[in-house]
Amino acid sequence: MKEAAHLIRVAALFVTALLVFLLVRQKVMPATFGQYGHFRGSALEEIRARPIAFAGRPTCEMCHDDQLKVLKTSKHANIGCEACHGPQAKHADDTAAAKPILPDTKLLCARCHEANAAKPPKFPQVLSKDHSGGEACNSCHQPHSPKIG
Amino acid sequence: MHGVEGFMYPNEVELQWSILIVLYPFITGLVAGAFILASLERVFRVEAVKPTYRLALLTAFGFMLVAPLPLQLHLGHPERSYEMFTTPHKTSAMAMFGFVYMWYLAVVLFLEIWLDYRKDIVLLAQSATGLKRWIYRLLTLGSYNVSDKSLAIDERAGYIITVIGIPSAFLLHGYVGFIFGSVKANPWWSTPLMPIVFLFSAMVSGIALVMLMYMAAVKIRKQQIDMRCLDTIARYLFYTFVIDFSLEMLDLIHRMYESGESFQSLDFMVHTRLFFSQVLLQIIAGTCVPLALLAANQVYRFSDATRRLMYGAAGGLTLIGIFAMRWNVVIGGQLFSKSFLGYTTYKLEFATREGLLPAVFLMILPFVIIWGLITLLPPWSATHARVVGGQHGGVS
Repeated sequence: MKEAAHLIRVAALFVTALLVFLLVRQKVMPATFGQYGHFRGSALEEIRARPIAFAGRPTCEMCHDDQLKVLKTSKHANIGCEACHGPQAKHADDTAAAKPILPDTKLLCARCHEANAAKPPKFPQVLSKDHSGGEACNSCHQPHSPKIG
Repeated sequence: MHGVEGFMYPNEVELQWSILIVLYPFITGLVAGAFILASLERVFRVEAVKPTYRLALLTAFGFMLVAPLPLQLHLGHPERSYEMFTTPHKTSAMAMFGFVYMWYLAVVLFLEIWLDYRKDIVLLAQSATGLKRWIYRLLTLGSYNVSDKSLAIDERAGYIITVIGIPSAFLLHGYVGFIFGSVKANPWWSTPLMPIVFLFSAMVSGIALVMLMYMAAVKIRKQQIDMRCLDTIARYLFYTFVIDFSLEMLDLIHRMYESGESFQSLDFMVHTRLFFSQVLLQIIAGTCVPLALLAANQVYRFSDATRRLMYGAAGGLTLIGIFAMRWNVVIGGQLFSKSFLGYTTYKLEFATREGLLPAVFLMILPFVIIWGLITLLPPWSATHARVVGGQHGGVS
């Protein structure tokens, strides 16, 4: 046993290191960790405290129901207002303080409708250069109801 | 969009795993490989590689200390990234790293090095002066017993730890392969062969690194190189490399024959975006050339100087090839779209948190640590005498 005393010392070192680790872990672990699951419980509160950027379609509908009526009958019925107009929570809070900028349809429409061989063939797509020659899309199409005729 | 070809889903355009995640499997591979080479001497009694035993252990230890740093840097948030070690989630393969790492670093590597060096540490604690004396004293843990009986116990304990260490090394790197192999959504990664391929490539890279380190150490110390040792390491490197290459080819043939829905897309990627790193660097320069150099030495007998040159070139190219393999797995797996209809580009940044500069720093750091370890615990110490069966073994 005397000849193996150093092994007992190294074992004691490991046990001590483990205990120190557990103590440090206890100390540094966020207090709310594990409250609801494998995350900090306080993270929910922190996320909730962040400013809201998107108002949501029902909020837009409260003032712009005329636009929504048109949109709902078109091919774009399932697209959220803020997908094109950007986050508008500030505008919803105070319409005078934050005025939405009308999107440039030349860029906006091309995001989805620029022709690409990888897109499903039935999806409406054009080569914007040939199709409009640099003209803004909304000079012919109404974005809320894009079908002509 | 610049750098994007065909159709990519929005979340695929930018790569989430950068060069740091390439370094992570590369460095852990070097650890596992270096340890496996060391265990050859310890467990399988390959006496010829004995001069590299301690160097291999110190190399493994030096790289092991650096292994988690790429992950920490990648995570960002230094104020909380350590939490991956304190609160690992048992259902996440990535978070299990903490357990695998601590087991391997503390239990296997630290203990094995400590037991092997104990006699040297005790002697140095008595002869050294200044700060070094205090470090050695601390390392003795207050036990100065270096009797034959006590050293025989160390030898036995060291042997048991090495026997445990071999599956641990396999586990460590098999686990790294598992992280990629288990991502079923990614056809470039998802194969049960991945842990095995990673393991063998780890052994290849570790053996090549220790071989180069040994050659460099001998050169720096202006000593005569032990050609028997070098030949033996090169032979093991060759054998391991053949298995590794065969496994990778098996994976490739399997993919080609299976020709799944992803194959065309992946094949296109290998011939375009990954052509340089996969075909030229990994397969030709990093595998075929070193394999040919090593194979030539199994068939012909070259002069010592030529062999040294050939082994040096083979070792260097092997490391480049294995690094390219990690690159192709990690970066390649993120270059194509899940729709199989488009490809993106990885732009390597320079002086950013996940850029080339920190990557270079992380690759230099282990060598600085190894240099420190070698200064403190010289692997070629004249006092290194191992007790084998109650008798003092040879001096390396």
